[in-house]
Amino acid sequence: MPTDPSPTHLHERARLLRPALPGALAASAWPFLACLLAAAALQLWARPLLNDFVAKLLLDIGTNVILAVSLTMVNGFTGQFSIGHAAFMAVGAYTAAAIVYYGSYRLWGDALVHGGTLSTMLAARDGPLVAPGDLLFVAALAAGGLAAAACGYLVGLPSLRLRGDYLAIVTLGFGEIVRVLIQSQTTDTLYDAQAIRAAPWYTLPRHLGGALGFSGLPFYSSLFWAWLVALLTLVVAYRLKSSSYGRAFLSIREDEIAAEAMGVHTTRYKVRAFVLSAFFAGVAGGIFAHTVGVQLNAQELGFQRSFDILIMVVLGGLGSISGAAIAAAMLTILPEALRKPGDLAQVWPWALALLALGLALAGVGRHRGGWARRLGVLAIATGSAGLVLALLALLALARGVDLTQYRMVLYALALILMMILRPQGLLGIREVWELRAPPRLAPRRNRAAGGESGTSGQEPTL
Amino acid sequence: MSALPATPAPTRAAAPEDALLEVRDLSISFGGLKAVREFSLALPQGRLAGLIGPNGAGKTTVFNLLTGVYRPDTGSIRLAGESLVGLKPCQRAAAGLARTFQNIRLFPDLCVLDNVRVACHMRARHTMAGAIARTRAQRGEERAITEQARQLLTTFGLDQRRQELARNLPYGDQRRLEIARALATGPRVLLLDEPAAGMNPGEKRALRELIRLVRERFGLTILLIEHDMGVVMDICEQITVLDHGCTIAHGPPATIQRDPKVIEAYLGAPDAAAARPDAPRSPH
Repeated sequence: MPTDPSPTHLHERARLLRPALPGALAASAWPFLACLLAAAALQLWARPLLNDFVAKLLLDIGTNVILAVSLTMVNGFTGQFSIGHAAFMAVGAYTAAAIVYYGSYRLWGDALVHGGTLSTMLAARDGPLVAPGDLLFVAALAAGGLAAAACGYLVGLPSLRLRGDYLAIVTLGFGEIVRVLIQSQTTDTLYDAQAIRAAPWYTLPRHLGGALGFSGLPFYSSLFWAWLVALLTLVVAYRLKSSSYGRAFLSIREDEIAAEAMGVHTTRYKVRAFVLSAFFAGVAGGIFAHTVGVQLNAQELGFQRSFDILIMVVLGGLGSISGAAIAAAMLTILPEALRKPGDLAQVWPWALALLALGLALAGVGRHRGGWARRLGVLAIATGSAGLVLALLALLALARGVDLTQYRMVLYALALILMMILRPQGLLGIREVWELRAPPRLAPRRNRAAGGESGTSGQEPTL
Repeated sequence: MSALPATPAPTRAAAPEDALLEVRDLSISFGGLKAVREFSLALPQGRLAGLIGPNGAGKTTVFNLLTGVYRPDTGSIRLAGESLVGLKPCQRAAAGLARTFQNIRLFPDLCVLDNVRVACHMRARHTMAGAIARTRAQRGEERAITEQARQLLTTFGLDQRRQELARNLPYGDQRRLEIARALATGPRVLLLDEPAAGMNPGEKRALRELIRLVRERFGLTILLIEHDMGVVMDICEQITVLDHGCTIAHGPPATIQRDPKVIEAYLGAPDAAAARPDAPRSPH
């Protein structure tokens, strides 16, 4: 046999199988360019069409998508249970905030936004696209991400040798340590331009506002930045998952002992996933810190926040990138919807229509795995969820109850329902576009001939 | 099918003449229990050897010691002259030691193809950054890995099922997939832990052929644990018998079959065994 799969020849084969240079470059780069264009289009074209409330909601969705997808890299890909994600966010947020705030004072003598059109949440468009302030902001985001990644490395290296519960405890503890450390700082933020200029630069990071929070930050975060990072995170996560490294990550989740026996350096890979995840969480923290209406306070980045992110990942399906993103969007919209039960109650005709459509689709799709059936089930689920929410809103209106108070109860109910009806989460480990009919099993003929066990095991197939 | 290769795989450094895998005086105890006592074994290149013994004799413990799941109290393990003691399991896999598991340990929610591709990952040279940037080198390696994995699956008659989840395969196919996955690491020594467990007679017959052919085709040295004496006596060239952690016999199948100590270990206190001093002894 000429093509023996002799393993030693992998590199020679790989060299031969390399794609041609121009095409390969384009294929490598286009998703990144597409992210840039999409984010710019969102900012420059879509933003003026949206009202402020929707724009802010979209910004929050972007931030949460980054957080949920980055946590998916650890909890979903490698199957480690990290529940201190907000701590990395906090590290990134405070690092970025310190750089932007004190950097602004040093450079321009104030902490106003010195950015261009790309980093404004205002609908108006005038002035240059990019200004010096944007560079400061981007540098701060990167620094925040790197600081968080460094923390991730320090925490991950010892704790990722442990299994399951231990990691959860360590990350929970780390989260609380970060929060308490920041809150227990007694030094207030400096507001005086003279004092800031006079102080040595290395003393400035001590003035983070402590328990009062870090106030007065310029609002650089815009739809452009949030969604640029969110889309980049999605691309990175997807490329990782669909590569050899991603399969190595997934193998750790599937069976750590077998993965190790197959040559996967499990500790190293877990640390890598953890560090990458922490990096994106740090960047998300930087974006969060500079969001309109946010007064940065470590109190908000405690374990409650970690759980919000974790719920997104679990609801979306552990391991599913698109599932995490969809769940992040849904769970960002939900509290806002609960805030306005009047609007929420008006959803019912749509929900009913969706439910009917789903039932019709499920009726048409006779095969259990067929796409019509799957879409139908999805529509039924969404429709009934909408209907339940609308009914809740009506009830709340009638009784005069503030539904936002019941947010965590609703989350818990959703999770319990999920555990009963769909334990693998919204999408399991698949992606949205993989929800087609499953590949045909062995051809019918073979299955009939093969009998009950080991279909083709009867004759050696070598 | 191709005949046994005259020389071992060409690109590999020649092992010292005596043995490819050389184990000396390996011992481990868990608390007060001496699970394995002074286990020694020498496998020349291309040998197909068996490790048998009653339940709880320490066979799987020996495998776990060889692959680095446990750290031995004493003893040495050398693969082609290189010591393996102190290396992590993944490093031993890189050194050329692959295994299957007694209770199948596939990656259940990955598809059949991905199960094999995971095992190819170790030999890829591109970095994680390369995977994110999708460099040319990465794409080339990815294609080579897929190609190689599919060739292996074709060899094992599993290519038709490459997109199915491993958990959905019938039992016999799962066993074979595990062997295919182990081969994808590019091993020099393959450790099979009860490959015939739970198979019907037809599947066992097929498995025997498969193991023989795999050895010839990949120039492998194979050590297998097996309870099915039909399989062991048929395919193994040398057999080591363990009982309560001790090696009680070692030799070719014909000798082992008549060894009174082995018969005693399997069948219990024999009055007859002591009365037969002329029974052939093991070479050790």
